Amino acid sequence: MTVNAAPETTALPRQGTLSIIWQGLTRNKSGFAGAVIVLLILGLAYIGPFLIDRHNPSDGAKVWQAPSAEHLLGTNLQGKDTLIKVILGGAEPLWVGILAALIAVGVAVVVGSVAGYFRGKVDTVALQLTDITLTIPGIVLMLVLTTMYRSISATAIAVIIGVTTAPVLVRSIRAQVMSLKEREFVEAARLQNLGAGRIIFTEILPNMGGYIFVNFILAINNAIYALVGMYLLGLLPSTADNWGLMIYESWNSGAFRLPRALPYIAVPLALIILFQIGLVAMSRSLEQALNPRLRER
Amino acid sequence: MPETPTIPDSPATAPLLRLSGLEQVFDTKRGKVPAVSGVDLKVEAGKVLCLVGESGCGKTTTARAAAGLTRPTGGSVEYLGHDIHRMGAAEWQEYREAVQYIHQDPYASLNPVRTVLSSLTAGLRKHKKVKGRHEARQAAARLLEQVELTPAESYLDKYPHQLSGGQRQRVAVARALAMNPKLLIADESTSMLDVSIRVSLLNTLGGLRDDLGVGFMFITHDLAVAKYFAWDGEIAVMYLGKVVEHGPTPQVINDPQHPYTKALIAAVCEPDPRLARSKKTIPLRSAEIPSLTALPSGCTFHPRCPLAESGDCDTTPPTLAPLDERRRLACHVVARDHVAAQAGTG
Repeated sequence: MTVNAAPETTALPRQGTLSIIWQGLTRNKSGFAGAVIVLLILGLAYIGPFLIDRHNPSDGAKVWQAPSAEHLLGTNLQGKDTLIKVILGGAEPLWVGILAALIAVGVAVVVGSVAGYFRGKVDTVALQLTDITLTIPGIVLMLVLTTMYRSISATAIAVIIGVTTAPVLVRSIRAQVMSLKEREFVEAARLQNLGAGRIIFTEILPNMGGYIFVNFILAINNAIYALVGMYLLGLLPSTADNWGLMIYESWNSGAFRLPRALPYIAVPLALIILFQIGLVAMSRSLEQALNPRLRER
Repeated sequence: MPETPTIPDSPATAPLLRLSGLEQVFDTKRGKVPAVSGVDLKVEAGKVLCLVGESGCGKTTTARAAAGLTRPTGGSVEYLGHDIHRMGAAEWQEYREAVQYIHQDPYASLNPVRTVLSSLTAGLRKHKKVKGRHEARQAAARLLEQVELTPAESYLDKYPHQLSGGQRQRVAVARALAMNPKLLIADESTSMLDVSIRVSLLNTLGGLRDDLGVGFMFITHDLAVAKYFAWDGEIAVMYLGKVVEHGPTPQVINDPQHPYTKALIAAVCEPDPRLARSKKTIPLRSAEIPSLTALPSGCTFHPRCPLAESGDCDTTPPTLAPLDERRRLACHVVARDHVAAQAGTG
C-alpha cells in the first residue's frame, strides 16, 4: 500500500560540504563577487610574495617618489618600492585576523555549547569566566601588554584579540544551545542514546551553522581592525612588512598629505576595506547555503 | 490497593514495562504541580495499552517518565523488573533500544538540517549496527518500507521541510523502529495529522504491532482512535494525574463504569443524526477542570461528578481497586453499588 503520493520533486543528489560551499558562493552575484575579491586579496598576500623579487633596498635618492614605470606605486620614506611592500605586508594582518577569529569562535562554540547543554556547575564556572573577561577592556589590555613586551609576536596578538572577543559570543551561543536542546529532535537523539558529544556537535550546532559562520567573518574583521588600530597607534614593533605599519608610517611622517605619496597609505587601506566587504558579501551568501531550507531557492 | 508486588518479579515473568506508584511533581512559581500522582500500570510484550483523558490529565507526563525522558519524583519505572534509573550503562542501552518514544509533533521531532537518511541512521551508526554508507542506506530504505514510505530511495536524501506532516511522522516512526524496539510509546502521534492520513498511519502502526510484535503505549485524547487501535488491548482512563478506570478496551468502551469514562464516551461525536438524537448524555455538574495546584478534597472528580454523594466522595480519595477479574476502578459509589448488586444476585 502506497499511502503517500510520489514526491513531486525528484530527490536532490547527495551533496558534500564542498559542493554546498560552491553552491553558496555562486548562488548570487554579490556573493560571487565577494568570494572573488577575498580570493584575489588572499592570493596577493600569500602567493604574491613567491612571484616577485623580494629584494627591496633603501635608496636615499628616491624618497616619496610618484608612481612610475619603475615603481608602479611609487616609493616610501626610505626610497623602498611601495608595491613590494604592499605584496609582502598582507600576510600578517590577514593571518592574525583569521587566527584570532578561529580562537574566538572555537572558544565560544566549545564553552558556550557545553555550558548551555550541561548547565549546572560547568555553566556557573563558564559564566563567571566570561563575565570576568567581559569586564577587561580588550584594547586597554593590549595597550598594557604591548608596552610591557615591546617584541610581542603576531600570534600572541591574535590570541589576545581572540580571547577578549570570545565572551560575547560564548553567551549568545550558550543561549541558543539552551533553547535548541529543549527541542524535540534533540530529545529524539537522546532516545537513540547518541551521547552528549554527538548531540551537541551533530544535532544542535549545525542548526546554528549560519550564525556561527557570520560571527566568524565578523570576528576576522574585528581582529584586523584591532591589529591595524594598534599599528596606527604605534604600539607594535616596526620590523616586518605590514599594511598596518604602512598606514602608520604614512600617517606619522605626514606623507599622506603629499599627492605623490598617496598610494603608500591608500592601497593598504583599500585592500583592508575591500577584504572586509568581500568577506561580508561572501558570508551572507554562504549563510543561506548552510540552511537546507534556503539552499534550494 | 495498588498492585505493588511484594516479591520482585524475575526477569522471565516481569512485564516489559511496569510503572509503580509513579509520581511527578513539578516545582513552579505558583507552587507544586502534581502532574501525575500515583500511577500503577504495566505493559506486556506485544500488547497495547491506551492512555486516554483530557488535556492536562498527566498522560504525556506518564509517557515521558515511562520512556525515561524525565526522572519521576516518586515511584519507579521498571523494564523487565529493573528500575530504569538504577541501571548500569549496558542495561540502560538495552532499555533505550527496547523502549522508543514517538513525539506528537512531526514538525519538531526531525532535525531540520539532517536528511531523512541521516536522521534514520544516526543511532545505527553510533551503536555500530551498520557498517559503511552502503549498508546504512539499505537499512534506512528497509525502515522506510516498514512504515510504507515507498519508493524509499526517493525519500532518503530529502530534508524534513520537503515532506508533508504525514510523511514526517512516518519518518519519525521509522527512526524509532531503527532501534528494533519492543515497545513504542506513541504520544498523540496521530493527533496532528489530517483524518485520512491519521487512519492510514494507525493502520501502519497496527501492522507493526501485528507483524513485528511491537508493544504499544498509546496516548490519545481521542476515544475513537483508542477504540480503533487498542480493541484487543487495554484502556486506562486518566483524570488529574490518576488512573480512574482501567480494563480491556471492549469492556471500557461498551460498558464504562466510572462516571468520568461515561462522560468521555458520551462526548464522542456520533456521525449518524438519528443515533445522535437518541443518544442519552449524562450532564456533568461542571465543565471546568480543577487546577492541579488546588485539587479538590477526596475524589478529585467529585465537584463535576453526577453521582457524587456527600460523605466518602468529598473526604476520602478512592483507590484504584479491582472491580471484576479484569477491570480496575476508582469510584466509591460505583464500587459500592457493584458490591451490592453482586450480593443481590449472589
